[in-house]
Amino acid sequence: MSARAAWRLETLGFVQVFRYTAGKADWSAARLPMEGELASAPRASTLLRRDVPTCSLTDQIGDIKKSVEQTDWDLCVVVNNERIVLGLLSGEALQGDSLAEVKTRVEDVMQPGPPTIRPDLLPEDALEYMRKRSTILVTTSDGELLGLLRREDAEQAVSRAG
Amino acid sequence: MPTDLHRNDVRRMAEGRAQLVEVLSQAEYEQEHIKGAINIPLRVLGRETVSQLQKDRPVITYCHDYQ
Repeated sequence: MSARAAWRLETLGFVQVFRYTAGKADWSAARLPMEGELASAPRASTLLRRDVPTCSLTDQIGDIKKSVEQTDWDLCVVVNNERIVLGLLSGEALQGDSLAEVKTRVEDVMQPGPPTIRPDLLPEDALEYMRKRSTILVTTSDGELLGLLRREDAEQAVSRAG
Repeated sequence: MPTDLHRNDVRRMAEGRAQLVEVLSQAEYEQEHIKGAINIPLRVLGRETVSQLQKDRPVITYCHDYQ
């Protein structure tokens, strides 16, 4: 839409025309100044937990299990060097204790392509995506991990607003 | 040909002389928009509505995301 508008402006005689391709979702996600009725409303970006553990495809499950056990988390997000989400480790994938299991590579047992939401989502809308989930990953539209939203945090935000 | 911009470029230009234009509907604009942006919905963008813009200054259009 912004592309068509930019092209139209050129036909109307404007010569310095630019397009902010990522739009206000990107601006809001970066917590830059916004105005309007919902500008100060909580968003996934303001409610998410940023300290969620991460690992890489080639890590071994045993190492990841040990590091996750030292946190309050029971999952680990699989990312690449650019923090793009590639998968998720949780549940049974982090339970195994046998030698074969601890030597297993992350990429062999991760859940590929876990669902994600965008950071500008209102908590009530985020809950729609979380009907059967207690957590959901929050990423940019490019897939970069920003954090994880817990259902309880979204529900509390909705409750406070109501 | 319009030039695509990254957020950091938009920040820098908006702090200067650039004019930010949200091309979504008025309702969406009123809910939330980038600070300092004006609203010219795409469906009404024409010779009359752009008269509020200055042609000797850069114009940056945006919508919600990569639409």
